[in-house]
Amino acid sequence: MMRFSTLVKHPADWMTGGKGQHGAVITSRIRLARNLRRHPFPGWAKRDQRAAALMEMKPAVEELPAMKDAFSQELSGLNSVQKQVLVERHLISREHAARADGSGAVIERRQTFSFMLNEEDHLRMQAIRPGLQLGSAFQALSELDSQLEESLEFAFDPKLGYLTACPTNLGTGLRASSMLHLPALVLSDQIGQVLQAVNKIGLAVRGIYGEGTESLGNLYQISNQSTLGESEETIIRRLERVISQVATHEQNAREKLLEDDPDMVADKIGRAYGVLRYAHLIDSKEALNHLSLLRLGATLGFFPAETVILCDSLLMDIQPAHLQLHSGRKLPPEERDTIRAEIVRSRLQSLESPDNHFTNGKSEASSDINNPGDL
Amino acid sequence: MKCDFCDSKATVFLTQLVEGQMKKVCLCDSCAKERGVTDPTGFSLADLLMGGGVAEGKPIAAGTAIPMPLGNGTCAACGFTLEDLRRVRRLGCSECYATFREELSPMIRGMHKGPSHQGKVPAGLMERQVLRQRLEELRARLDQAVAAESYEEAAGIRDEIRQLNENLVS
Repeated sequence: MMRFSTLVKHPADWMTGGKGQHGAVITSRIRLARNLRRHPFPGWAKRDQRAAALMEMKPAVEELPAMKDAFSQELSGLNSVQKQVLVERHLISREHAARADGSGAVIERRQTFSFMLNEEDHLRMQAIRPGLQLGSAFQALSELDSQLEESLEFAFDPKLGYLTACPTNLGTGLRASSMLHLPALVLSDQIGQVLQAVNKIGLAVRGIYGEGTESLGNLYQISNQSTLGESEETIIRRLERVISQVATHEQNAREKLLEDDPDMVADKIGRAYGVLRYAHLIDSKEALNHLSLLRLGATLGFFPAETVILCDSLLMDIQPAHLQLHSGRKLPPEERDTIRAEIVRSRLQSLESPDNHFTNGKSEASSDINNPGDL
Repeated sequence: MKCDFCDSKATVFLTQLVEGQMKKVCLCDSCAKERGVTDPTGFSLADLLMGGGVAEGKPIAAGTAIPMPLGNGTCAACGFTLEDLRRVRRLGCSECYATFREELSPMIRGMHKGPSHQGKVPAGLMERQVLRQRLEELRARLDQAVAAESYEEAAGIRDEIRQLNENLVS
């Protein structure tokens, strides 16, 4: 059985990205909710009933060929930092991390599939991939779902589809979502309009990080809300269409910003670079916002293209639980700012300044800009 | 865009079909958190349980009582009641959907694109359901045959039931 330290030692496959996935769409995630027939839902089940459901599901999931040598653990066997690391990696939900007895997680080695056992539903399975790949992520996950059907009997009604603890997930039990990086739409004040339009089609949009009124790091998540009355394919096709339209808007906004106000763009990216390279105390808000600009700079040719991957892994590694995992102990918030700055500085150590790179590599930069195929 | 509940900037936007009409709610992060909307999936039910406050475009005051459909049903399979539904906003087991069908169907209509499932159907499971249905029919016919003292027919039916049962178990 895989150990926790082995699981989290490497970044997830989706973090290191695929080729040509360096644009506005960072990840695609598919979640399917399933429940066992004749077992009460986990939230209502008594302790022994939850244990019985877990006993039935855990071996079935572990025996899936795709889950060979997976990390498999009851949540009661993980400490709070370990659980929080899994949350920050989007491998389990915040709600799931709050559970202990009778709940479990089975996570594939490369962190592309994860199963939450006895979450709100008996089984919440997830596939996560880099870039816009909702369709293929669904295909892969649906295949695992079909394999599980051979050993588990899921609660299903011909009219209502897969039955879930909350009626909002009925039918397909499908939640498809993408994480998007939209700095140019934010800088050009178009973000409100775009999100409103997405919302009008019945899709949910939210900021990923940040509290109160802001979305930190210009990161947004778009997902479906309705799960009943349409097929999985219809839901996913619509989402993919809308998401790629948003990504195109972002790409256009990036090009326009660079054309209309190159000094402003270069200034913002240069300042972000300066702060991240030389700060000794940085809170998570400041770090997220500057990393967002660094990432933008990388897609505009200010930095080498692989800087995008560096930014995406840093986004994860500067989260509180990851910092504590890194230092091997609990950290008070002030100390986190020191360690965060230390990690950022060391990772960016060999990153050349944007001025050098931009003037030296102008042709490379413009070819990147003219290549919306990246999205 | 401003939050529907306070004057902060809205960051969470939810749109749903309610009685065939598009309804929208905008919330700031803290109001969203307060109402447990950080997971947008958890919200629709709450929203509908709130008795149409959102549907009518009226902001809901914090702590507003949530009117529930009347009825005193208890799920025979798991003991879950309508009172529980109002409290936890989730159901007790898959049988609850049959028990509370009447109360649930207007909610379900309000929160989804359509009232009936169009997606994936578990292959083995559907077969089992068809088999179960057939089994029930056969048992009824067996009772009739026995009552009518047509023992030859009854024996035939009994063999068929035995065969189906074996299929179900395998």
